[in-house]
Amino acid sequence: MSSLFSSLKMMTKGAMRCVLITNHLKFFETIGNFQLLQVTVRDALNQAMDEELERDERVFLLGEEVAQYDGAYKVSRGLWKKYGDKRIIDTPISEMGFAGIAVGAAMAGLRPICEFMTFNFSMQAIDQVINSAAKTCYMSAGLQAVPIVFRGPNGASAGVAAQHSQCFAAWYGHCPGLKVVSPWNSEDARGLLKSAIRDDNPVVVLENELMYGVAFEVSEQGLSKDFTIPIGKAKVERPGNHVTLVSHSRMVGHCLDAAAVLAKEGIECEVINLRTIRPLDVETIEASVVKTNHLITVEGGWPQFGVGAEICARIMEGPAFNYLDAPVIRVTGVDIPMPYAKILEDNSTPQIKDIIFSVKKTLNM
Amino acid sequence: MQNMLTFISNVLRGGASKNGARLVGSTRSFADFSPQASFDIKKCELHRLDQGPPTQALLTREQGLKYYRTMQTMRRMELKADQLYKQKIIRGFCHLYDGQEACAVGIEAGINPSDHLITAYRAHGYTYTRGVSVKEILAELTGRRGGVAKGKGGSMHMYAKHFYGGNGIVGAQVPLGAGLALACQYKGNNEVCVTLYGDGAANQGQIFESFNMAALWKLPCIFICENNKYGMGTSVERASASTDYFKRGDFIPGLKVDGMDVLTVREATKFAADYCRSGKGPILMELETYRYHGHSMSDPGVSYRTREEIQEVRSKSDPISMLKDRMISNNMASLEEIKEIDVEIRKEIEEAAQFATSDPEPPLEELCNHIFYNEPPMEVRGTNPWSKLKSIS
Repeated sequence: MSSLFSSLKMMTKGAMRCVLITNHLKFFETIGNFQLLQVTVRDALNQAMDEELERDERVFLLGEEVAQYDGAYKVSRGLWKKYGDKRIIDTPISEMGFAGIAVGAAMAGLRPICEFMTFNFSMQAIDQVINSAAKTCYMSAGLQAVPIVFRGPNGASAGVAAQHSQCFAAWYGHCPGLKVVSPWNSEDARGLLKSAIRDDNPVVVLENELMYGVAFEVSEQGLSKDFTIPIGKAKVERPGNHVTLVSHSRMVGHCLDAAAVLAKEGIECEVINLRTIRPLDVETIEASVVKTNHLITVEGGWPQFGVGAEICARIMEGPAFNYLDAPVIRVTGVDIPMPYAKILEDNSTPQIKDIIFSVKKTLNM
Repeated sequence: MQNMLTFISNVLRGGASKNGARLVGSTRSFADFSPQASFDIKKCELHRLDQGPPTQALLTREQGLKYYRTMQTMRRMELKADQLYKQKIIRGFCHLYDGQEACAVGIEAGINPSDHLITAYRAHGYTYTRGVSVKEILAELTGRRGGVAKGKGGSMHMYAKHFYGGNGIVGAQVPLGAGLALACQYKGNNEVCVTLYGDGAANQGQIFESFNMAALWKLPCIFICENNKYGMGTSVERASASTDYFKRGDFIPGLKVDGMDVLTVREATKFAADYCRSGKGPILMELETYRYHGHSMSDPGVSYRTREEIQEVRSKSDPISMLKDRMISNNMASLEEIKEIDVEIRKEIEEAAQFATSDPEPPLEELCNHIFYNEPPMEVRGTNPWSKLKSIS
C-alpha cells in the first residue's frame, strides 16, 4: 500500500503517460489524503465520457474514427475496447447524415454524443444541429426533446490553415434552443462534458485541440464520478481590482499569463473564464466590472458579431455600464481567413502582448 | 305471425316518418354483407429482391370500413384546410395531401402503432393516422392554443407518440429516420422506422448518406419515396437523371408500389416491415401516387401540369373511390352505409373547424416557453433590453 502511494506520489510530479493515470485513478480516489492529480484535457474528456457511458446505457458515441482509431485526437482512446461496436460507432465521412442520425436517435430517447472531427466539418451538418436539434423542443411545444451532445475541437490549431481553423462560438451561440459550452482546463472539460451529456437538451461542446495535451491539477471533488459544472455559470479564475479580462477556451490561459506579467507592474487583473457561451453569464461579468471599472474581452474568433461584441452589447444594456471608466475593449482574432506560414498564423490570433497592450491602453498607461 | 310482423313494420315505418327522420341503418342486416373478400393487387416491380409482396390481399368488412373512414376523413380534413386557407384563417405554409390518402392509410395498416414514422412537410395525413385528432390538427393549422403543438409549430411541425413530424427542411427527415431506426436496433425492441420523402427530396445528398449507413449497419428502416410526379413545379423527368426511385438505393433492395391502392400499399408495407424486422437491413419502397392540389396553397398546381391530367387521375385512380367501388361491388358495404359514414365525417370536420376557428390564440405568456426540456425557469430577452420575458419548459 505504501509503495503504491509513493508510486502515485511520483506520478503527480513531472511528466507521465496518460494511460497510467486512467488506470490508477480508481486507486487514487480510495486513498485518504491525496494530492491534486495532474490530468490532461484529453484524459479529462475521455474519463467524462467513460463515466457517463457506464452510468447510463442510453449514452453512446458516434463520429469519424472514434472507435477503432481511438479518436482522431485520441480523445476516445480505449472506449471502443471497453464498450464495443454498439456504443462506440465509427461513421463514414458523412457529417450531415450521421449528425441527422444522431439527432433521430436522441428523439427516440437515446443520448448520443456526436463528435465532429473538428467543428469546421459541422458546417456540413449545421442544418441538423440547428433545425432538427435546437428548434424541435420549441416547435413541438415541449412534446419532443432532443438530448444530444455535439462535441469536437473548435477554433485555431497549429498550421492547419484557413478551412480548419474557424471558431464557431458566435455561430452556435447565436441560436435559441442550443446550449454552448467552451471548456478551458481539465476540470472545465470534465464537468462541462458531463453536464452536457446529462442535459436533456442539445449542447454544443467546443473543445480546443491545442489544449488536449495540456495537464492541469484537478481536485478530488473534480475527479468524482458525479462532478458536474453547471452550464451557464462563469468562473473567476483570478481575482483583481484594476481591470476585468473575460475569455473562453484557450485564451483564458493567455489572460492568466498576461495577468501574471502585469502583476509585476502592480496591475491586478480579474480573469473570468466564461465556461459557457450560451447562456452567457452576464451577472458575473457585471459584478466584476462594478469592481474594476474596466473590461476587456479576449477571444480567438473573428471580431464581427462575435462573443466580445455580444458582451459589449449586454454590458451597455445593463447596470454595469455606469461603472465603466472606459469603453469595453475587444481583443480578437484578426479579421482574415487563417494563414498557413507560422509567422502569419502567430500574428492572426491574440498573443499575450496584445492583451497586455490593451490593458495598458484602457488604463491609460 | 305474419300479421305481427306487418304490424311491427308498420309501427316502425310510421314512427320513422313521424320524426321526419330517414330510416337510420339499411334495411339489410349485418349478416347480408360479405365479411371479407380477396382482391387481386398489382404486382410490384422489384429491385434486388427475388420475391415481392403477395399479389392478393384479403380485406375484411371491418378493415374496409376503417380504411374508408380514415381516408375520407383525411380527404375532408384537407379540403377544409383549403377552405380555411382561402378564408385567410390558416396562413403561411399549407401543403395538402388529398389524392395520396392510400399511402398514409396503407402504411399505417402495415405497421404497428409501436413502430415509428417520420415524414416531410406534407404531413397532415400522417399526423392523423398516427393518432392526432382532426380537431388538434386544424387548430394547429389555425395557430390556436388547442393545436397539437399549442400553436407553436404550425402545418409542418406536428408531433405525436412515435411520430416525429412534420419536417420543413427537404430531406433532413431521412437521416433522422435512420437514427430512429438505429435506436430501435440499439434497444432491441423489434420496432421499425418508416422514413418518408418525396420525389423532389430523392436527390438530396443526405439521403444517400443515410442509405449508406442504414445498409452498412443493417438498420431496421423502411425508406419510402412518395412519388407524386412533381417536386413543387418540377416534374420528375426534369429533376432526376433516374426516375426509378425504388432503384436509387442501389445496394438497398427496393419495390415500386401502386400508391393509389390502399391494399397494395398495405401488403407492400407488411412485406417491408417483415424484411426489416428479420434483421436484413433497410428496404426502399417507391409509392406511385398523385396530389390533386398544387405543391402548397400558394401554388394553383396547373402551370406545370394540365387540368386534364388531374381530372383523369381523379376519375380513374382516386383511392377512396376505388375502395368504395371494391366494397360495394363485392357486397361488403352498402351505399347507404357509406353515405352515413360520409355524413358523420362531415359533422366531425365541421365541429373540428368550428373549434379551430373559435379557440383562442396562445397567450403571450407562452411566447418563450418550451425552448428547453426539463429546465428550470429562465429569462429570455425580448425585443428591447427592458423586455425580460419568462420561459418555462
